[in-house]
Amino acid sequence: MSTTLEERSIVVPGDLIYEGRIRTGDNTYRDGGNVYATKVGLVNYSKDRVSVIALEGGYTPLVGDLVVGTVTDIELGQWLVNIDGPMDAILTVNEAIDKPFRTNMDMTRILDVGDLVVGKIVDLDRNRTPILSILGRDLGKVHEGFIIRITPSKIPRLIGKKGSMINMILRETRCNVSIGQNGRILINGRSRADEEIVEKVVHKIEAEAHTSGLTNRIQEYLKTIKEEKK
Amino acid sequence: MSKTRKKKTSKKWERIDGRKPDELRPIHIESGVLPNADGSAYIEMGRNKIMAGVYGPREMHPKRLSKPNQGVLRCRYHMAPFSVDPRRSPAPSRRDMEISMVMRDALEPALFLERYPRSVIDVYVEIIQADGGTRCASINAAAVALADAGIPMKDLVASVAVGKYEDKLILDLGDYEDKKGQSDLPLAYMPKFDKVTLLQMEGIMTQEETEEAVKMAVEGCKKIYEIQKETLKKKYGMIQGEAAAPEDTAEKEPETPEEAEEPTEDDKPTEEEEQ
Repeated sequence: MSTTLEERSIVVPGDLIYEGRIRTGDNTYRDGGNVYATKVGLVNYSKDRVSVIALEGGYTPLVGDLVVGTVTDIELGQWLVNIDGPMDAILTVNEAIDKPFRTNMDMTRILDVGDLVVGKIVDLDRNRTPILSILGRDLGKVHEGFIIRITPSKIPRLIGKKGSMINMILRETRCNVSIGQNGRILINGRSRADEEIVEKVVHKIEAEAHTSGLTNRIQEYLKTIKEEKK
Repeated sequence: MSKTRKKKTSKKWERIDGRKPDELRPIHIESGVLPNADGSAYIEMGRNKIMAGVYGPREMHPKRLSKPNQGVLRCRYHMAPFSVDPRRSPAPSRRDMEISMVMRDALEPALFLERYPRSVIDVYVEIIQADGGTRCASINAAAVALADAGIPMKDLVASVAVGKYEDKLILDLGDYEDKKGQSDLPLAYMPKFDKVTLLQMEGIMTQEETEEAVKMAVEGCKKIYEIQKETLKKKYGMIQGEAAAPEDTAEKEPETPEEAEEPTEDDKPTEEEEQ
């Protein structure tokens, strides 16, 4: 019943992180009464559980996630949306236009293959296929802006504690930013120059996600590039 | 490098490159070398030069090959035409298919494939330069690439071969020893569970020699395992025991020390305390 490593030390798959019984959090598994890590990350001991904060990793869809995806196929009454996950998400007609599906409907008029959508995962079916919805505020088809991608495991860092990081970026650049949990970020600004600033900052956050004191450093970085532009 | 091709005829028996019988070739691994892949690794094991790229978990095409209850691991082992002399045809050969299969079987026990139904994890391994023992080096690189891709793993897989050359057991055969030797036994191993995930053999060995060879290979795998772990940690520029020094902040002013407590610091995301 003891911790084996220091808090926040870096672990790789198979590292022993706890001896004895405890609740296992993210990216860990139990074997023979001990707890091991399953991913490269930082170990996090809290009062009653042990978890690993992943530094690498693809996107695992969870209910409630905001995602940015591409429509890849149209089926009867539903679209398939690529959200960079293990499988494509399903978007049904009544989750897209709030009307039931009719066979005489022209689905390509609502969404066509290649369209980008900002959606929310409302459910996972029994095969863990994500079900999307684009009804709601700030959701729906994307008409303008541009998209950049970062590692999904670094999205929490980009948002910051209670949105501190992203709110600061929004305030400084006056851009509209939709952060998909799947690592795709939609940026929509007043000018191309503003959008470029956001892009630079996001990539800097991605590169330095594992360091401390990031929000303050990013704030200063924002100031310096804004002055350069002037 | 002390790579002498001359056969030593002195009293003391020595390997062709002057290594001890249980000594590995110099190993160098790097992770995250391919930005387009989800995870990647590059390994130099002796004169082997191998690149591994991992994609996924992702939707499988063709869909009929996917499994409804678990994910699929697909491996592709390929030797570049220029990796050996004389030139080798780039078409997949019988040998390539076999090694792809044994790699898949060696890596599969380390993964949680049941978490990714109807999906696929692709591992592409390209041999840029071959010098004996490429299947073992490929498994080493692929394991690091899988971890680099953030795919949940029970453990890393390390692999090395033991062979019999001039009636002596030797670890980590080079190309010459592989070709002239009497026997070759590649083995892959998961140190955390003490489990062997790949065991092949060609040539002739007695039962005692085989047992001894397996023991030697397991010891070799443990050494490689440490190098793999080091590699993955190195990417974040903070091997344990050292002070946490962010690697990408060189262009910026030095970080403010930890006592300057920031109220805006995040709890959930990744950050490193000074040790």
